[in-house]
Amino acid sequence: MSLRVETVPGPGGPGIARRISLWWGRWPLTQLAIVAAVIALIWLLGHNTAVTMARVGITPGFGFLERPANFEIGEAPIAFRAGDTYAWAILAGLLNTLRVAVLGCVLATVLGVFLGVAGLSGNLLLAGLVRWYVEVVRNTPLLLQLFFWIAIAKSFPSPRQALSAFDSVFLTNRGVFVPGLVFHGVSASTLWLLGGLAVAFLAFVVSSWRRGRLDGRTFGLAAGATLAGVLLAFPLTGAGVTFDRPALAGFNIRGGYNLTPEFAALLTGLVVKFSATIAEIVRAGIQSVDRGQWEAAKALGLHGGQIMRLVVLPQALRVITPLTTSAYLDLTKDSSLAVAIGYPDLVSVINTTANTTGQSLEALTLLIAIYLAINLSVSMAMNLYNRRVALRGAARK
Amino acid sequence: MSISEALAARQWRSSPTFQTFRVGLFGTPFNSAITIATLALLGWAVPPLLRWGILDATWTGTSRDCAAASGACWAFVGAKFRFILFAFYPPVLQWRPLLVMLLLLALLFFSAQPRFWRKRLLVAWFAVIGLSWTLMSGTLLPPTVPSSQWGGLVVTLLVWSICFGLATPLAILLALARRSGMGGLRTLAVVFIELMRGTPMVAILYVAVLILPMAVPNGQLIDKSVRAIIMIALFWSAYLAEVVRGGLQVIPTGQYEAATALGLGYWRTMRLVVLPQAFRLVIPGVVNLAIGFLLATSLLAVIGIFDLLNAARSSATDPQWLGYYDEAYLFVGFVYFALCFGGSRYSLWLETYLRRPDRGRSAPHG
Repeated sequence: MSLRVETVPGPGGPGIARRISLWWGRWPLTQLAIVAAVIALIWLLGHNTAVTMARVGITPGFGFLERPANFEIGEAPIAFRAGDTYAWAILAGLLNTLRVAVLGCVLATVLGVFLGVAGLSGNLLLAGLVRWYVEVVRNTPLLLQLFFWIAIAKSFPSPRQALSAFDSVFLTNRGVFVPGLVFHGVSASTLWLLGGLAVAFLAFVVSSWRRGRLDGRTFGLAAGATLAGVLLAFPLTGAGVTFDRPALAGFNIRGGYNLTPEFAALLTGLVVKFSATIAEIVRAGIQSVDRGQWEAAKALGLHGGQIMRLVVLPQALRVITPLTTSAYLDLTKDSSLAVAIGYPDLVSVINTTANTTGQSLEALTLLIAIYLAINLSVSMAMNLYNRRVALRGAARK
Repeated sequence: MSISEALAARQWRSSPTFQTFRVGLFGTPFNSAITIATLALLGWAVPPLLRWGILDATWTGTSRDCAAASGACWAFVGAKFRFILFAFYPPVLQWRPLLVMLLLLALLFFSAQPRFWRKRLLVAWFAVIGLSWTLMSGTLLPPTVPSSQWGGLVVTLLVWSICFGLATPLAILLALARRSGMGGLRTLAVVFIELMRGTPMVAILYVAVLILPMAVPNGQLIDKSVRAIIMIALFWSAYLAEVVRGGLQVIPTGQYEAATALGLGYWRTMRLVVLPQAFRLVIPGVVNLAIGFLLATSLLAVIGIFDLLNAARSSATDPQWLGYYDEAYLFVGFVYFALCFGGSRYSLWLETYLRRPDRGRSAPHG
């Protein structure tokens, strides 16, 4: 049967047609029939949908994006009021998703690495505690955890009786108040200057890394110089930064940053769930490095920190990085559970859009396309990185 | 202290258990500091939880007894137990979901044991799922119960096993197509798998709720649970396909060549040579995926199907027992945990079991 590979149908000589027929492979007609059947099925479903839409009097197409959306969005990084366009509403939802996803990834990584290292610390009590944390978090549904967190967030006392920690973090039924940096008088020139500094820093780090000259000292010097530049940039362009702490004022709390109960619950749920995932990844990564590597490094006279930094981590990262990336993608996808606890993320806004306009096909197509774009671009970047790491490993062997 | 006591104490101090604990808890000053800090954290967090959950809790009685006490209200779980298991299924007919639940658990019990991995098990899956569906809907044994009245743990188990049963054969075909040298089928498989894996499950459920009713001809209404099951099965098949593909990738080319040399065609090569070897490699991964799927069925709550989680949540909206969310969530959390933790232990056991050379008679890593 597989000898038939030599006698593929189609023109015999080399050329584009032969290459296509080689790519298409065996059983060309059966394949053609299956592909045609799938396309026909999709066409049939699409046709039915169009007929149904026509019957209820909806014009297919993305024209609705320009129309005003008559609903409110609980919170958004960009100003949105009822009456703005649907496109603007969807952008607000997307930014809400990205906000919780990016913050969630950062915090889950910090907590996850801490837990992973704590699990390997050699202390029986701490390792056992981490083990149970991971098992409980991993073996219960994320949605259940979110319901639990939102119930807790809603049961906090009113601002006057707020639970507070160190007089700077307040837990209330109107949300969580945390201290933070507040910028004022920021102009376009400030942003340009900061952007320029960031680009210069990144360019320096990447170029010295490529030349193999990046060590702790160079990096520290560059970081220090950039930090000094940032500190100078604000007074130079007439902007200011103050550290703002929330405080009780009348019946409410003012100052600092206010996280709504929904945002706080979603963020907590995602961070708790994915910190357990990342803790497991870190543990698996470090344990994947052969014991002999530790022993050899010790025999060379390296001490604990050096063994970790120069020998174990570079090898462990090869396991850790791809798994962490896919955990980040899962976190971004799972942030869509926001819709169940009332945080206005992309899915929630799209759902409202679909219900108010009736254009659910277009709205969901948009939703899937946005998630696909995020996913595919991150996985493509990951594949590039993987190829680099794998090649370096192979070359050294 | 008598001599024998002193001797016993000395023996204990030199025993390996004592040494493990001494080094593990107080081996270095830093380690001792960690132990003390962890103990302090536990001492701060555990007593209030214990007081709430056990000492001050109400175990039996009515909601009035619960309101009088300051601790957890476990009487609520007792009163709502049937609702959490069966939700709105007519109370007189609740022997049906109970029977279905027992059937499904028995099916899982037998499927978990390698010695039952025969063709007859596949037949059993078909039979049990078909029987469960007819029992629940009551098509052969009136009165019929529409699926909008089904709910609770039994829906979680039923949806999970049906979707898993539908997704597995599809996943095998997808994995074979993606690994094959046939461009057309490979492209189809890649597009489908990447599309599904790039989309959140919530979006897939919305497709089932909002798009599918429009896509069927003449607006015939398929039941919401059926639509959800179709979409979830498609969604899971993409994830399963990737795990199966991982298994296919490690089968050495020599196996394919040897099968061809024996004169086996494509399907017989796959069925007799490649897939049996690949299965042994991927089964632990598939079990882990199945555990994740069980947790993911909780998303049915988003589209208003009364699965275990949703039933528990709405049991706390009963005017008689208003607001005992913590107890409801802790209870279902425990049910999910018991199922999934048991599953993950099983997966670990299976992995070592299949790696033993006499079991994995054809596993290349044997």
